[in-house]
Amino acid sequence: MKYQMLKDMLMRDIYVDFIREQIKSGDKVVALEADLAKCSGMIALQKEFPDRVINTGIAEQNMASVAAGLAAYGFIPFIHSFGPFVTRRICDQIMISICYAKQNVKIIGSDPGITAELNGGTHMPFEDIGVLRSIPDILIYEPTDNVEFKKILPQILAHVGPVYVRMYRKVPPSVYDENKDETFNLFKAKVIREGSDVTIIASGIMVAESLEAAKMLEAINISAEVIASPIIKPLDTETIIKSLKKTKAAVTAENHNVCGGLRSAVSEVIVENYPVPLRCVGVKEKFGEVGKQAYLKTAFSLNAIDIMSAAKEVLTNK
Amino acid sequence: MTMNEKKKNESTRTTQQLKKLAQEIRVNIVDCIGSIGVGHIGGCLSIADVLAVLYGKHMRINPSDPQLDGRDRLVCSKGHAGPAIYSALAAKGYFDKAELKTLNKGGTKLPSHCDMNKTIGVDMTTGSLGQGLSCAVGMAIGSKIRNDGSYIYAIVGDGESQEGQIWEAAMLAAHKKLDNLIVFTDYNHMQIDGTIEEINDIAPLDKKWSAFGFRVFSIDGHDVDAIDATISRAKKSTAKPIMIILNTIKGKGISFVEGAKVGCHSMPLSAEQCELAKKEILAQAII
Repeated sequence: MKYQMLKDMLMRDIYVDFIREQIKSGDKVVALEADLAKCSGMIALQKEFPDRVINTGIAEQNMASVAAGLAAYGFIPFIHSFGPFVTRRICDQIMISICYAKQNVKIIGSDPGITAELNGGTHMPFEDIGVLRSIPDILIYEPTDNVEFKKILPQILAHVGPVYVRMYRKVPPSVYDENKDETFNLFKAKVIREGSDVTIIASGIMVAESLEAAKMLEAINISAEVIASPIIKPLDTETIIKSLKKTKAAVTAENHNVCGGLRSAVSEVIVENYPVPLRCVGVKEKFGEVGKQAYLKTAFSLNAIDIMSAAKEVLTNK
Repeated sequence: MTMNEKKKNESTRTTQQLKKLAQEIRVNIVDCIGSIGVGHIGGCLSIADVLAVLYGKHMRINPSDPQLDGRDRLVCSKGHAGPAIYSALAAKGYFDKAELKTLNKGGTKLPSHCDMNKTIGVDMTTGSLGQGLSCAVGMAIGSKIRNDGSYIYAIVGDGESQEGQIWEAAMLAAHKKLDNLIVFTDYNHMQIDGTIEEINDIAPLDKKWSAFGFRVFSIDGHDVDAIDATISRAKKSTAKPIMIILNTIKGKGISFVEGAKVGCHSMPLSAEQCELAKKEILAQAII
């Protein structure tokens, strides 16, 4: 079989391959689906391991609490649905059955933000991080790319406690070179480009946009530092503040409502630790809509050029 | 004595023991809720008898090893009946009875609603109605995967059965043929705002569960012999989960609580009332 480069893989396949490995090598991991196993790619595993892949049908609330019961029984369940249906729709089940009951359940929400594309506003989560961020103990993680995701998944499994993952399903933009021996820590943000004038803090698909924005800024003699912040809760305060002490200006970039998401998390940290001017790129109090990603990026001002404008603007406030 | 007489004597002894345990649980409930002066007494008293049968006879558990692997588990999906569970656990020796009087006091291990991380012997955290049954379904699936032969018991409220999630859980339990799942409905016909029939009627409850693929029994929820016999029959059932509808009286065993009707969901209890209540419970002859 021809080796497939990580950067060319569907992100969902990295998830499914990981679960397959865990089911084969251990007796703890179970995967739950609510009639979207075809969309996650889990359908193949469901046929292979009918006992360990449980399809609850279209009943996400039940799926979350069933997972909590399995966790109470000693299993480590991974539950999946589209982002909105595995967060805002089942917020109370996540809160009570999983988090309050201290159950070790991993929550995989696919198609974050505009990546829901043709499914449109009903399926386009801009609020999932905001909904979950006020619940104690849950970790919120949005993979930067396939290389990072593959290395972080074992850490998600090893962490005892609930983790919410905003998982892209398709081939995500590539940020890291898989041939370099890059290491990742679930709890750490990463400076992926050094700069001195402004810090761009980004998550998910916005990391690649931020790198492009940094190049554009360089052309006009603005030196931008870029931090990939896949861990949104708990935010890696140390890395962010260290960078801001150098640049003294911040821009956040996220594929989520700026209210409740990365902008909010970063603002909280800045205000308490090291107040500097901040501008944000993200969805600004709008509902989702249908369209291809290119259209949606423009409709919601999520392009590199928007990050560049925000950086230029924040510098005037320094 | 003939074999038959021996058997009869043994069964009479069991009945007496279970009735005695139910009585002890009711007294404990009064002590527990009475210690803070207010609480969900009605729905605690209505499940005292089933708890006596479960903890007194059927559940494979070990109070000195509460986390025993492969033990039977009980999910009290109507989480507000926490004090009833604590009363049964104390009677079984999971913790000291004196602990019952810490109910709802700051820093207590006994909160109003069941919390598995606070109370030794509580198998699942509940309180947001509808979720506990799903958790029990998850445990029953887990037990099937492990093939450990355990039974998962769940108690749901009749008012709680208005929650959609109960029926999501029911559908999956039947689909997965969870014959190790035995669910009880505490059918006392009362909820906070009125009778079930006034607010949002769940009847015909037996037909609903039957249509959802359960094997259904409907019995007197205060008859320990009937509960005991029905659980025994349920355990012999295969391929279907079990629903045992317990026809109960909210506040059962204390006449002024029963008399409060829907008001007994949560009601104040003075020290004098507690004494009266315990006298009444203990005056019940055990035959």
